[in-house]
Parts: sequence; C-alpha cells; structure tokens
Amino acid sequence: MAPKKVDKLATGVLYVIAGVIVVILASLLGYILFQGVPHISWHFLTSPAKSFEAGGGIGIQLFNSFYLLLLAMVISVPLALGAGIYLAEYAKKNWLTDVIRTAIEILSSLPSVVVGLFGFLVFVLQFKFGFSILSGALALTMFNLPLLTRNVEDSLRAVSFTQREAGLALGLSRWETVIHVIIPEALPGIITGMILGAGRVFGEAAALIYTAGQSAPALDFGNWNPLNIASPLNPFRPAETLAVHIWKINSEGIQPDAAAVSAGASAVLIIAVLAFNLLARYVGNRIYKKMTAA
Amino acid sequence: MKNKVITSKDVHLFYDKFEALKGIDLDFNEHEITALIGPSGCGKSTYLRTLNRMNDLIPTAHVSGDIRLRGQDIYAADQDVVQLRKAVGMVFQQPNPFPFSIYDNVVYGLRLAGVKDRATLDEAVETSLKAAAIWDEVKDKLHDSALSLSGGQQQRVCIARVLAVRPDVILMDEPTSALDPISSTQIENMLLELRDQYTIILVTHNMHQASRISDRTAFFLQGELIEVDETKKIFLTPTQKETEDYITGRFG
Repeated sequence: MAPKKVDKLATGVLYVIAGVIVVILASLLGYILFQGVPHISWHFLTSPAKSFEAGGGIGIQLFNSFYLLLLAMVISVPLALGAGIYLAEYAKKNWLTDVIRTAIEILSSLPSVVVGLFGFLVFVLQFKFGFSILSGALALTMFNLPLLTRNVEDSLRAVSFTQREAGLALGLSRWETVIHVIIPEALPGIITGMILGAGRVFGEAAALIYTAGQSAPALDFGNWNPLNIASPLNPFRPAETLAVHIWKINSEGIQPDAAAVSAGASAVLIIAVLAFNLLARYVGNRIYKKMTAA
Repeated sequence: MKNKVITSKDVHLFYDKFEALKGIDLDFNEHEITALIGPSGCGKSTYLRTLNRMNDLIPTAHVSGDIRLRGQDIYAADQDVVQLRKAVGMVFQQPNPFPFSIYDNVVYGLRLAGVKDRATLDEAVETSLKAAAIWDEVKDKLHDSALSLSGGQQQRVCIARVLAVRPDVILMDEPTSALDPISSTQIENMLLELRDQYTIILVTHNMHQASRISDRTAFFLQGELIEVDETKKIFLTPTQKETEDYITGRFG
C-alpha cells in the first residue's frame, strides 16, 4: 500500500478508537446523571439517611466525605511536600533513595481494599482508634500519599535546571532557591495534582469501608465541640461517606427507594468528582497565566 | 600595574577520572573585560564556573589549585559560598529570569539580603535596569511578568538582577549566543559601559565579540590555557601556533 494510504488508514483507526472512548465515557456519565439528577433536591442533600423507609437523604454522608477529605489532605499534603522536595532536590542517587522510590511505586499501586484492611488492622484495632474519621483519614493518607509525593517530585523536577542555577548564582542558599524559586514555579503542577488527588480521595470507598465505618450516626450541627460524640467535628466518630453509602445501599439497602437514593447519591458523587477535575484545570491554568503573563 | 581581582594558580578539575582543566594559571585585572575563547569542550566554561564555585553542583567534579578573590582563597573550608556568589555574579547562556514580575526579578537578591525599604528598592530597580540598558523598554511595565519579554530583554533583566546586588566580578557564560544580532549588540555596548565599575569575565564563541569588547583574551584548548594577552595582541600577533590557527579559522 502507498504510504499516504497507510497514513490515512492509521489516522482513521486512531480517530475511531478515541471516539469509542469518548462515547463510552459520555454515555456512562449521561446515564448516571440522567438517572440521578431528578432525585437531587435540597432535602436530599441535607437530610440524614433512613434505613427502613423512603425519603432518606445523604446530608451526613456528604458532610462526612468533605470532612474526611479535609483531614486526609491536612495530613497528607505536608508529608507529600516534604517527601517530594527531599526526593527531587536533595536525595542523592543511591540504594536508599532507590528503595524509597520503589516503595512509593509499590504503595501507589496497592489495591485500595488492601489499604483499607491494613488500616483496619493497624489504626482501628492496634491503635484502638475504632471505626472513625481519624482511621479513615489515615487510611486515605496511605492511599493518597504515594501519588501526591510523586506529583510533587515530578512537578519540581520539571522546573528547569537553569532556574536552580539562577538562584544559586544569585547567592541564594539551596533551601532559599527551593522555597523562593523552584516551588513557586512548580506550584501550578503541585496544586493541580493536589486537587486531582482530592477528587480521587472523595470518590474512594474500599479503603474506608473497614476504617471510617459504614454507619452515619445522627449529628448535631449546632454542636461544634470536637470532643463531643454528636459533634460533626469529632474525629473519633464513625463516618460513612458518600461513596461508601452508595456501596452499602446497593449491597444491603432495604429502603423502598434504595434505587433512587443510590442513583441520586451517585450523581452527586460524579458531579463532585467532575467539579474537582475542572477546578484543578482552572486553578492550574489560572496560576500559570498569572505567573507567566501580565 | 593593574589591580588583580581574581588570581588562579594551577587549577585542575576532574569529572571523575576525566581531567577537564589541566593546570590553569590565569589572573584578572580590575575593571577590565577578559574574554575566554576556544573550541567547544576546551574547558573555558568549566573554568569560568570554578570562579564562583558553580561546579559544586556537580557531584563528580573535583577542583584543586589556588583561586583567590582579592587575596582570599575561595575554596577555603570556611568560605561562605553564598557570600562568594554575591560578590561574583553570573549570567548564563539561556536567559533565566524567575517567573515573577520584572521588578521582583531585579530586587530579588536585595530582598533576600533583608532590604525592605521601598524607596531603596525602587532606586535599585531603576539604576540596575538603566545600567543594563533596558530601563526605557520596561519602565512602564515593571510589574509585568519577566517571562513576557523577548529573549534579549530577558537577558538584560537577568543582567540587571545581577547588578542589583552590586557584585565585584560578573561572570558571563556565552550571554549572547541565544540572542539575535541586535540584542547581542545592545548587550555588548552595555558591557563596555559596565566595565568602569565591574570586572567582567566573558566566555564567548564569537571571536568578533571577543575582539570588539574585551581588553584581554585567553585562549583555551583541550583543558589547557594556551595563551593569554591583550586582545589586540592575541588577534594580531599571537605567539602560539594553536592560537593563530584557531583565530584564523583553520580549526575549531
């Protein structure tokens, strides 16, 4: 066949493959939204779930998802920054750093259910945190940390060597160069990665089933004392998240409107994760523009 | 007799086992431009980087010999590298402004040194940008990102950034090789102005540039210093055959 024809054929095949992927994704999204969105209402988003009767909402689960996300990020972001900066800027290439990198790779490819069971054994049983937000947040940290660290390291490495030279040649110490030159320049990438990580954590179920638990006790949203068991802020209470709720309804839900609740909750979850992704792109572009242009 | 700002004796540099500099003896006079020329890989950039210890960044590089800045051994154990690099500024081949505004780029070193007074900073920005011959082009957009400028303008902002910390010596590693001829000429003219206040050491591939602006020229070949003298002498009546061959374009 003539090279031109082959080229056309190959391009056509690639177009078709790309098209199929887009269609699958779009129909999946469309189906979930089409099924779920009609069920979403203010009442659905704010009222507590019901176990046996119809009309339950996802208010507490939604709050739990965000609170757990916040705690998980508070724990994992500083760790990821520290580890990423060390690996990208300071680590010498030797067997120790090779071991660290390999460990991070392995950790990032662990199935989340394994992370969940590990969290159950260590945080829930061994440390006696019980099924709690804290156990869940620590499990999510384990799940999230490797990817975040990798993201920080890659973002820092992407900053040109000439910038490091510029900083050092100007009489900045190594640390000052990292803090004042390299990190600001890598910031769009780092923040994008953090928001994407947040989306991943938000939708995670398997790692939480055995750690944050599958129950959502009633909360008193007037009580902000973190030590009170009914307070939304108490990190030691069990907290079923939205993703776990969906899993639970579908596996053992006996509410008459279980299917509708599941569809509505799935739609909310998808919308939230989509929002995280769009936000990541928006914020990343915004910061990049602010730094590079007027 | 001119004041010697930097003296170096028997400078060797090894990358692992490879000897990149084979015993360089070279001194630099105050308020002069010295050009380092030679074919690619001859060690001129490597030598330049020993003068502000940028080679410290390369773990395999080992330097020996005696290099002194105004009599002080810069490889002494108690030498503060940060202080050294403030005294010996450097401009690179690729313009490398920070991704901040022009203003913030220029005052970067000063802010870090703890200068907070707005008037002092404003004045430093104006003086440095004027000295780098770019003030007129950017005075109305000091708070625009430095990355929005052209390559030649970026390079002059980088030079202003170095001038702002008032170094004693400025090292330049092929500062115009990534720029168009007009930008190069602007930078050359600026260097001639700066000579009154600074000692400049310039690595260049462009022999016309060396002959136009330098007072003295040093010719490097395969890690050795072949010849150093007044630029006029090097270009008109070199004593070494290698120098003559290189300058007349017989190799290189």
